[in-house]
Amino acid sequence: MHISVKKAGLFTTLQDLGRTGWRQAGIPVSGAMDPFALRTANLLVGNEEGEAALEMTMTGPTLEMEANLLIAICGADLQPRINGQPVKNWRPVYVRKGAVLSFAGSVKGCRAYLAVAGGFAVQPVLGSKATYTRAGIGGFCGRALEIGDRLAIGTMSKSALRRLSQLARRAGNRAYAEGEWYVGPGFLPPYRANPTVRVTRGGQFSWFSERGKENFFTEAFQISAQSDRMGYRLTGPEISLCHPRELLSEAVTPGTVQVPADGQPIILMADCQTTGGYPKIAEVITADLPVLAQMKPGEKVRFAEVSVNEAQRQYRKQEKKLALLKKRLALL
Amino acid sequence: MNENQLVLRPMGDSAIVAELGQKMDQETHFRVKALAAALKKNPFRGMTGYVPAFTTLTVFYDPLSFSFTEMSRRLQSLAEDIGTGEELQPKVVEIPVCYGGEFGPDLPFVAEYNKLSPEEVIRIHASGEYLVYMIGFAPGFPYLGGMSERIAAPRKPSPRVKVPAGSVGIAGKQTGIYSLDSPGGWQLIGRTPLSLFRVDRNPPGLLEMGDIVRFRPISRAEYERWEAGGNHAYQR
Repeated sequence: MHISVKKAGLFTTLQDLGRTGWRQAGIPVSGAMDPFALRTANLLVGNEEGEAALEMTMTGPTLEMEANLLIAICGADLQPRINGQPVKNWRPVYVRKGAVLSFAGSVKGCRAYLAVAGGFAVQPVLGSKATYTRAGIGGFCGRALEIGDRLAIGTMSKSALRRLSQLARRAGNRAYAEGEWYVGPGFLPPYRANPTVRVTRGGQFSWFSERGKENFFTEAFQISAQSDRMGYRLTGPEISLCHPRELLSEAVTPGTVQVPADGQPIILMADCQTTGGYPKIAEVITADLPVLAQMKPGEKVRFAEVSVNEAQRQYRKQEKKLALLKKRLALL
Repeated sequence: MNENQLVLRPMGDSAIVAELGQKMDQETHFRVKALAAALKKNPFRGMTGYVPAFTTLTVFYDPLSFSFTEMSRRLQSLAEDIGTGEELQPKVVEIPVCYGGEFGPDLPFVAEYNKLSPEEVIRIHASGEYLVYMIGFAPGFPYLGGMSERIAAPRKPSPRVKVPAGSVGIAGKQTGIYSLDSPGGWQLIGRTPLSLFRVDRNPPGLLEMGDIVRFRPISRAEYERWEAGGNHAYQR
């Protein structure tokens, strides 16, 4: 069973929940920018939630199904089409052999995830299928997809086979059929354009000037065009230090907001390096990383401070939602 | 405040930073190393990673398993028993380097800048013992301490677009080895045929924090033999 790539799209990579446990060797975690969408997509097709899925950016690829497959698309609305007919996100979809999945481009959000029942059969590297293109490791040949690639699909779980045959019956002689149940909007992270994301204070918060701190929490910052899986460069009012000061390099992580000498913050994202030497003004809370992952260059972000306890409460709340989804899907 | 007192601070909702000193020095380094060794020996459920650095050790954890307060308590008690870390025997890694020529295009600049001959720069660089203070910046990239200031040189005014992996360079008072092909502004004085980072090796990095590095000059012919030999990790 394979999926073949007819058009690669802007930047399409295999991602999972990341290469954890190797930070001490300088290896970035990588993995999905929006782990909530990836996990949900996998659960919808009966996979383990951490299975690899395609992370598709802005335009999305064109893919031909070489077998009857069960898929789910979650995250950004890139206007998915099967043989030209619109299909919806956040639900399981049966796709018949020979059907072509394409995308008309983003109307909402930046990154969509395509999970396929059975998962993508690639060799894990250091315990993960996530692609880290800078080192050329993981995913499909360590790189973004290219035209002509053929992705092997793994073995489906029993529940996936059951869901697939139900939907196949419904499809009849049509090329696809959508599941009638879906993950409702109330269940999702607060995705929206120009969001306010919650942050805790960074390790060097006190190094910043009163003016810098005030600007950070009251002004909007634009995501610049030089933004990718490694980090978002922001432009906005200057965030200055009280006085110039050198930081000895220490750990950083996705969500870290660091401020180089030019006073323009950078939010580190999934492919960020493991250590950094710029002062850190804030850390975006884990529960809000999916919201950030769906921002496009040109959008504006604001920051609101919460305590570490509150950040952890939000984290547990999000985990509870996913656990609930898992439980409900198991009953189907 | 006792200089050796442990300071703990959160880094977001899933990490805690242990500050073990204020300065980049060997004493602090050994304490970081000792705490890292303790974590490696006794990993606990809910710990998702750790990053030793110059003066800090950051532990990543799952907030479903621990609150920040619980993590603080755990690290505090772990840190009480670590000792000075000086008793931990470092691994000594010899790194063969083909200096100058095509591999070290900036060797003449470093020599001229320090009013030395290229041979003297090589001799000084290869006679030092270097401590791997930390790994970071890129997979397997070592931050090395201990270079003689007699061969210090400023970075290039504009970085090269692509520096090949294995390139040995100097930037200010630091020397380093590129672990991946990447852009870079260091003055390049040579190249090693060894891979600093290979995913088919465990651990994937040739070097770990706390290791001692020595450079050994090799000829171009030796460099090519190393490469032909499969570029295997070499240590003793």
